[in-house]
Amino acid sequence: MKNDISIVLSGEAGQGIRTVELLIIRALKNSGYNVFSTAELMSRVRGGNNTTEIRVSNEKIEAYVNEIDILIVLSKNAIFRIENRLTKDTIIIGQDNFIEEKYKNGQYIIKYIELSSLAKEVGGLIYSNVIIYGLLAGIFDVNINLLKESITKYFSTKGKEITDNNINAVIKGIEKGKELKLGIQVEKAEKIKNQVVLSGTESIGIGALAGGCNFIATYPMSPSTGVIHYLAKHSKEFGVVVEQAEDEISAINMIQGAWYAGARAMTTTSGGGFALMEEGISNAGMAEVPIVIHLAQRPGPSTGLPTKTEQGDLNLALYAGHGEFPRIIFTPGNFTDGIYLTQKAFNLADKFQVPVIILTDQFYIDSFQSIEPIDFNDFKLEYFVTKTDKDYKRYKNTEDGISPRGIPMQGDGFVRFDSHEHDEGGFITEYPDIRTKMVDKRLKKLESYSKESIDAEIIGSKNYKTLIIGWGSTYGVIKETIEKLNDNDLAFAYFKQVYPLPNNTKEILSKAKKLIIIENNATSQFGQLIKRYTGVEFTKHILKYNGMPFSIEEIIEKLKEI
Amino acid sequence: MKTNFDFDQIPETGWCPGCGNFAILKVIKEALDELNIDPQKLVISAGIGQAAKTSQYINSNCFNGLHGRALPVATGIKASNPDLIVVAEGGDGDMYGEGGNHFIHAIRRNIDIVNIVHNNMVYGLTLGQASPTSRKEFKTPLQIDGVFSEPFNPIAVAISLGASFVARAFSGDMKQMKEILKEAVNHKGYALVDIFHPCVSFNKINNFKWFKDNTYYLNENYDNTDKMEALKKAFETDKFPLGVIYSNGKNKTFEENLIAYKNDKRPLYKREVDLEKIEKLLN
Ligand SMILES: Cc1ncc(C[n+]2csc(CCOP(=O)(O)OP(=O)(O)O)c2C)c(N)n1
Repeated sequence: MKNDISIVLSGEAGQGIRTVELLIIRALKNSGYNVFSTAELMSRVRGGNNTTEIRVSNEKIEAYVNEIDILIVLSKNAIFRIENRLTKDTIIIGQDNFIEEKYKNGQYIIKYIELSSLAKEVGGLIYSNVIIYGLLAGIFDVNINLLKESITKYFSTKGKEITDNNINAVIKGIEKGKELKLGIQVEKAEKIKNQVVLSGTESIGIGALAGGCNFIATYPMSPSTGVIHYLAKHSKEFGVVVEQAEDEISAINMIQGAWYAGARAMTTTSGGGFALMEEGISNAGMAEVPIVIHLAQRPGPSTGLPTKTEQGDLNLALYAGHGEFPRIIFTPGNFTDGIYLTQKAFNLADKFQVPVIILTDQFYIDSFQSIEPIDFNDFKLEYFVTKTDKDYKRYKNTEDGISPRGIPMQGDGFVRFDSHEHDEGGFITEYPDIRTKMVDKRLKKLESYSKESIDAEIIGSKNYKTLIIGWGSTYGVIKETIEKLNDNDLAFAYFKQVYPLPNNTKEILSKAKKLIIIENNATSQFGQLIKRYTGVEFTKHILKYNGMPFSIEEIIEKLKEI
Repeated sequence: MKTNFDFDQIPETGWCPGCGNFAILKVIKEALDELNIDPQKLVISAGIGQAAKTSQYINSNCFNGLHGRALPVATGIKASNPDLIVVAEGGDGDMYGEGGNHFIHAIRRNIDIVNIVHNNMVYGLTLGQASPTSRKEFKTPLQIDGVFSEPFNPIAVAISLGASFVARAFSGDMKQMKEILKEAVNHKGYALVDIFHPCVSFNKINNFKWFKDNTYYLNENYDNTDKMEALKKAFETDKFPLGVIYSNGKNKTFEENLIAYKNDKRPLYKREVDLEKIEKLLN
């Protein structure tokens, strides 16, 4: 019996596939299944071909698999793009006229459903996606009341008639799903019901709120925009200033004004927008303004692939901004870390008065998974604003390089931030000696941070001979691969902080005979960084840059070659 | 006369003798003083340029940030603490050139700030190139055959975008400049004060005499609440009108519209975080 099922929904943009995804993963989780889902979208509002993969398992899953167990076809031309992911065991479910003749030669198992007529019976084609929701619930073992509740909640603003029709649709779907008798039986576990389902976007949004974020300014850019939508949705409840800036240059400068006046502010952007922010980031370096930036990567250069994934902007984040100044870069690979690190980012920005960058990507942002509940009592809100006195000096030279930061109207002093090289009081200076002292003071903050630096995490065998290195969103796929292979010589070093390099970097690398680095980019940017700092050579770089995340099968295949 | 905004020790400025900025600096300090503004409550958000250096010579809070970016910074400051009096200051290149997009959108937002633009029709700090407000045929080391582009008309642009207070002053008349600045500070909503002033080093055409000859005072009966009349005035270039060209304090300000202040008037730094409530977002 297979305990790990992959379902792919394939149809056109505008058919409501995302709604099915949102509803079914929660319903499955609430029934005791482990779930993971990820959408592969095209950059358009209607038409084209969009797919969503939903995985259902008895074990924790957080990665993309290539092989499709169940394919649900929702439109014409929905199969050819994913043809190579079908196997002889794949079950294709769909309406006769949506499935092209060439797939009907007996090489796949096909189950026909008359989706259009079912939908019309309920009230119109618009109900097709909710029928599919029911159908999936019927294929698995999901309680019908749970489904009805979810529908009532989801369509609560749409009125009684639409809600009733959707309930009828879901019931029709369940009947159909059971009728198909696919014999799928994934084990359930009671404890999973207590878990929480969220998206990558939500992990950043919740982390920000927990970090005390009360100001966000952004210029929209996929795939990063969800974060400001999320904060806007909750802005009434939590009193967040939410502003759509006229461009990214404005956004990065607005949040500096906000921090200056005592807010905890962030911006969210993607490569092109981040590039426009560079001068502003440099200003934060010089004027020592705390800032938090969420950078959700998509493939570049230039407009690139707006709705696809890549880890191609590590160098951009590392080197952004002219001049020399410290920064911190976090790369969460799972949503628990996404929440923790984003929360922490605000404390660290406040304390060290440096840019803190949360580096994610489209795959991370647009995926959903269930995680263990988080105890918010663990979170500390650490504020470092000091009351100023009459002789307050904004850039006082201190042992650790951190000058106490005041804000206007809090104390008797004046708060003077300056983008020029400045003296301790924040006034323009061109004296070489002061310049040297100030550069040293700013750079010292990175050394001071190293005491709090976050180590890389070892997953797998403690006595490894081969070590796989990964950062950010490849976490799930490498972890699952390691667990599948269950090899005593193999471990995975997960870097959730890539800059500064964690204190344990050299130590964990030196224990391995073979080093393999896996990155969703073409030039192994993190590999280069590690090499520059440690001198190590990698046995192999496993790289992918076609816009798609790694699948588990792919990693296993590539590891076999070594 | 020493104001509350003077340093104990007079700072050495980076300006040329005879620069119009001296008069502007003096008048800003006096206007604020006469309005009894508490220096603790004032923030000057400045860009980069000779004009923007003014912020270095006023004893209060300041954010002397990037060239062109004083308005976004001012927006962030005011939105985070509406109790502050925020001035965004810079030159014509700073505000209308590098920061042109921010100029447009700061006006649309109607943030309650004073936007002071020192308009000398030239780039001073970078040694004399054309600015957006340079007149046609103005020759520079870069525009060697003279400027071809239409000069930017900040007054007309601001009025068209719905600016709630639009004024023009001349550094040669300190008395009027002070009255205008005081009115701008008292005005609720975005207030533009474009100040003509001569650059003695890099603009030999639009000098003190030129400004004197090419400006006139709006007449006492002029109704500055009439938008169409104001637009007409804005397009006068034979002689440029001086005074408050348009004023309308009826619209809500940016801060007043912000959701974050609907139920809680406290500035953001005074608020607590309710972790328990945030935990509930994870369901
Ligand atoms: C991004 C950037 N580009 C260019 C400059 C160089 N720069 C500094 S001030 C300035 C223009 C100065 O003109 P204006 O703003 O009119 O002020 P003025 O010096 O005439 O008072 C320029 C181009 C800069 N500091 N930053």
